[in-house]
Amino acid sequence: MGEYWYIRPGLEESVNGFFSAQPEADMALESQIPEKDFNQAGKGSAEVKNLLKRLGVNPGILRRVAVAAYEAEINVAAHSLGGTMMCRIYDEFIHIIFKDMGPGIADIEQAMTPGYSTADEMVRELGFGAGLGLPNIKKNSDALHIHSERGNPTLLEFLIYFMSDE
Amino acid sequence: MITLHEYLMEIEGTNHTPGLDPRGIILKGGYVCDMLSDVMGSAREGLAWITIMKHLNTIAVASMTGVPAIILAKGNVPEQAVIDKASEEGVCICSSDLDTFSLAGILYTLLQK
Repeated sequence: MGEYWYIRPGLEESVNGFFSAQPEADMALESQIPEKDFNQAGKGSAEVKNLLKRLGVNPGILRRVAVAAYEAEINVAAHSLGGTMMCRIYDEFIHIIFKDMGPGIADIEQAMTPGYSTADEMVRELGFGAGLGLPNIKKNSDALHIHSERGNPTLLEFLIYFMSDE
Repeated sequence: MITLHEYLMEIEGTNHTPGLDPRGIILKGGYVCDMLSDVMGSAREGLAWITIMKHLNTIAVASMTGVPAIILAKGNVPEQAVIDKASEEGVCICSSDLDTFSLAGILYTLLQK
């Protein structure tokens, strides 16, 4: 079974507390990401970006949320049979969850390596598929969790705090 | 820092998004790349993105990263659907006949003054 966890140093207690309690969110958004539809992919990220902007989240954090969410949406469209993006907004952070319909990541550590990609020609022609998506999600997240195995659906979720410095 | 308007004058650029005023867009740098994945990791507010990529995802990448202006090199002109999307997202999309090397060089020179 493939499991990947990253938690920004210093946030372990808060992140672990959140994942064990899984409290009710203040606000939630959900959108669909169809397979290989690169125009639909991005709509969920745009929606959440606009909502956070209205809520007064600072531009640096807004950019991190938008970039991480868009990378994940492109990944779902490029590599899976389609999936769902769910955003849960809390006072201090946003939790975004991507669930797809498979076929899973064979080796998560390899997929996390910058430059490694299994993207097809169509994805590369659009200018994606450089093997930078997952590392960029990690760079912009305060916590990242991936659960995947070959032949099964993938779960990718991340947290971004509204008050963090980076 | 310069305005996008000053830059467009130097590169004989055309703004395709008339609803956005290049005089009000401040540039403090640029980013030159056709690989959207790389732009996602490095582009940010205040940069002009010089590229030949002109499809809808180009606009989405600019919007997500906060890039205020896209400069299409070598006379590339986007389709109307792309222009509409750019206007909607507040991303100024422009074209110039110059190649990316010249476009980057001119921007760099202007910013050094």
